[in-house]
Amino acid sequence: MDTATPLAVMLESAVRQVGQIVLGKEREIRLALACVLARGHLLIEDLPGMGKTTLAHALAQTLGLQFHRIQFTADLLPADILGVSVFDRERSQFVFHPGPIFAHLILADEVNRATPKAQSALLEAMEEHQVTTEGETRPLPAPFFVIATQNPTQQVGTFPLPESQLDRFLMRIALGYPDAQAERMLLAGEDRREMIAHMQPLLDPASLLAAQHKVSEVFIAEALLDYVQALIARSRGGKFGAGLSPRAGLALVHASRAWAFLAGRSQVLPEDVQAVLPAVAGHRLRGPAGEADAEALAQALLASVAIP
Amino acid sequence: MASRGFFPPLPAGHWLFAGIVLVLAPHALHLPPWLSALAFAMIAWRWAAAAGRLPLPGKWILLLLLAGSAAGILLQYRTLFGRDAGVAMLTLMLALKLLEMRSYRDALLTVFLGYFLVITHFFYTQDIPLAVYLFAVVLVLSSALVALNHPASARHWRRPLKLSALMLAQAVPVMLLLFVLFPRLGGPLWGMPSDAFSAKSGLSETISPGSISELVQSDAVAFRAQFEDTPPAASSLYWRALVLENFDGRSWGRQRGRQEAQPALETAGKPIAYTLTIEPHDKPWIFALEVPDPQALPPDTFLTRNLQLLANKPMQRLTRLNLSAYLDHRVAADAVPSQLKHALQLPEQGNPQARELALRLRSEAGSDAEVVARALALFREQGYSYTLTPPLLGKNSIDEFLFATRSGFCEHYASAFTFLMRAAGVPARIVAGYQGGEFNPAGGYFIVRQSDAHAWSEVWLEGRGWVRVDPTAAVSASRIQNGIASALSAGEPLPFLLRTNMAWLKQLRQQWDAVSTYWDLWVLGFNQEQQIGLFARLGFGIVSWRELVWGLAIGLGVALGLIAAFTLWPGRRAAPDKVQALYLRFCGKLEKAGLARLPSEGPLDFAQRIRVLRPELADDADALVRRYIALRYGAHATAEMQRLFAAQVRRFRA
Repeated sequence: MDTATPLAVMLESAVRQVGQIVLGKEREIRLALACVLARGHLLIEDLPGMGKTTLAHALAQTLGLQFHRIQFTADLLPADILGVSVFDRERSQFVFHPGPIFAHLILADEVNRATPKAQSALLEAMEEHQVTTEGETRPLPAPFFVIATQNPTQQVGTFPLPESQLDRFLMRIALGYPDAQAERMLLAGEDRREMIAHMQPLLDPASLLAAQHKVSEVFIAEALLDYVQALIARSRGGKFGAGLSPRAGLALVHASRAWAFLAGRSQVLPEDVQAVLPAVAGHRLRGPAGEADAEALAQALLASVAIP
Repeated sequence: MASRGFFPPLPAGHWLFAGIVLVLAPHALHLPPWLSALAFAMIAWRWAAAAGRLPLPGKWILLLLLAGSAAGILLQYRTLFGRDAGVAMLTLMLALKLLEMRSYRDALLTVFLGYFLVITHFFYTQDIPLAVYLFAVVLVLSSALVALNHPASARHWRRPLKLSALMLAQAVPVMLLLFVLFPRLGGPLWGMPSDAFSAKSGLSETISPGSISELVQSDAVAFRAQFEDTPPAASSLYWRALVLENFDGRSWGRQRGRQEAQPALETAGKPIAYTLTIEPHDKPWIFALEVPDPQALPPDTFLTRNLQLLANKPMQRLTRLNLSAYLDHRVAADAVPSQLKHALQLPEQGNPQARELALRLRSEAGSDAEVVARALALFREQGYSYTLTPPLLGKNSIDEFLFATRSGFCEHYASAFTFLMRAAGVPARIVAGYQGGEFNPAGGYFIVRQSDAHAWSEVWLEGRGWVRVDPTAAVSASRIQNGIASALSAGEPLPFLLRTNMAWLKQLRQQWDAVSTYWDLWVLGFNQEQQIGLFARLGFGIVSWRELVWGLAIGLGVALGLIAAFTLWPGRRAAPDKVQALYLRFCGKLEKAGLARLPSEGPLDFAQRIRVLRPELADDADALVRRYIALRYGAHATAEMQRLFAAQVRRFRA
């Protein structure tokens, strides 16, 4: 294959460094990183206490990104996310106080607890990479990356993200329980929070932007686009209730590029598509009866399409 | 010393040997046998040494061989210089160098010596087959050079050949440009060694019984003639070369000294324009049709009083001349009585019977013209025969021919007739040249060969001037009308091809002659004149050498740019369908071995599975899959990669 670029080497060591904090979850860490590189946003859906926050924090620390955490609650207002203008008496004018959204990496914890109004404030910022309050538009820092978490159970009194909102996330992953060995190490090891505090950033926003640019240059052959289209076409009929949108197709391509780049390659292979497809398409697919076992659906889709 | 010396690693060594043998082989045709044998024995020695069967010769043996070779050449040629001795020397040197090859540098030097020897072949001939052969030799030598310089690429013996063929092919446009555009000088750039012309056949300066009949047995081309309009009839194609006026009793010679004078010439009608392309014959005479237009002589030629057209220098290279001739003419010699007197000169003694016959003719005839007619009637009626193999003649050759043997070739008839005329008091002379020629429809020109050599007479008649009389025509009219092959009986020693009735063979020969004539004219004979003419015809007007140099620079720039663009351009892409078909073939081979690829299994996953299930195949499969990925999913899939991939798939065994 190709010789890995220095950036890819750095990213590889970033994966390893985060892997020392979040044990036994290399694949998920890679997906999260690929998501950043593809300029997308990540939704982690899992039970509490599975390390969602730790992952986000460790990632931010390793990538050298400014990190803000927003805990979504039922009474969260858009201004709590975006910021407010307060009248400054000395200067006799309104001064904007930026909200927590003005950071490189945002952890939006338990987004389904907030009202749709607050959710849409976040989602609009994710989509536009800018914030408009009181008639003024302010750009968000670049890179800008949101990790939102959602608790799948205890849906009473929550506002689960509708499908249209889910589509805004490039990937949705679940962390799941660690395996026995990883759990043992976690139990025996030192405090994760302290470890994160002592982590060395391996990248900085500028090199991450450069990496994002490199990812967009990863080559996609005609044969591979054929494969992507075959996958999309299969998802739109037969066994599947809701097919993949064109946006989903684009997401698949971007994510595959990022995955290939992380593997140190300059071209996308069918394996890259297969690796990212469950995360990219899982929250967009529906079975014939409307059920949504993401992983099973994605694997069924992959198995049913021959690589052209 | 039992050293094996330096022998290049194998493909290079084989190429080197092949190149040396091939470059030396044609020289065996003209080198003395002992010399060829010695050279090839030395090569064989080197070969045996490389195989470890013989030790290489030590320094003293080498010195001995060198001294022996030089002495042998000196004995053979009496010199170490000149064409033949020089080539002999180079041949032995190359063989000796092979025996003395002790380092990588020596091997390179041997190749370059081989290149040099390629050129020496052109001292002997420059025809198309040789040129093609030498191209092949250069290809082989270049392959040796490639293999020597880049051993890594030479794992297979064919690789260096491919590479050198590619390089030479890329050099072809450059070669053509240089050939067409390189400014030619007025004269030759270099001269041939003087001994290069020794063996040219052609008319000699004297004619004696047997001299022409010997020449006629050669089918070598003397010259070619192309008429601008309809060619005249074959019976009037008398190509004059020499006028022979001095008779010593046996042979006829030409008048010495440069008799440049305006002949008293009356012409009628329009001149016939034609072009002669004369093969080098190392003599100054030009085979002009009767009678050349004195006003339109080619440069560097002159006309003598007796109408010989001569060049200022012997013709040592292919010469192309534009001429025009008046077939209808009258040459008077009235103004020069000394010339007429010369045309009556005979030796004091000899051939008494012929003299007697001449006097009888004289007394019976009323006029000179009647003497001529009676003499011709004599030839016609008294059982004379036309043959290439007449009996040998003694001292009184004319008497013996006229009264005893009665069979002879054109020189016998011309000689006897001229003798009779002179003895009868009619001024007469012999003209030697060629008669007729074979029309080549493929090229639209006449080929005149040595076999068309002919001799005839000219007599001076009061009021008519010099008149051509061909006594051979009286004996064998078909010689003049249909050519020599039809005039001689089947047993005569004529060249085979002149006789053949096989139309296709004749046609093939004529087409080949047309091709090689173009080669002679446009490749070998591409001189300053041709170059300027070519550009004038292309509409560039008269080009100067500066314009040619500019054209050359621009042309070379464009050609090299195009070659570079073509070779460096990644544009020639692989065919995706073909690549996939090859990959499926690879998968099919594995499937037969019980390792089927799943439809949705990517190449990397498949390679990984092969590594687990069939570790012994993993390395080949990995390399193959890597190339497949580059071809199918990479950005720079070239046709060359596809070719390599195809070879990998072909070789793969599961």
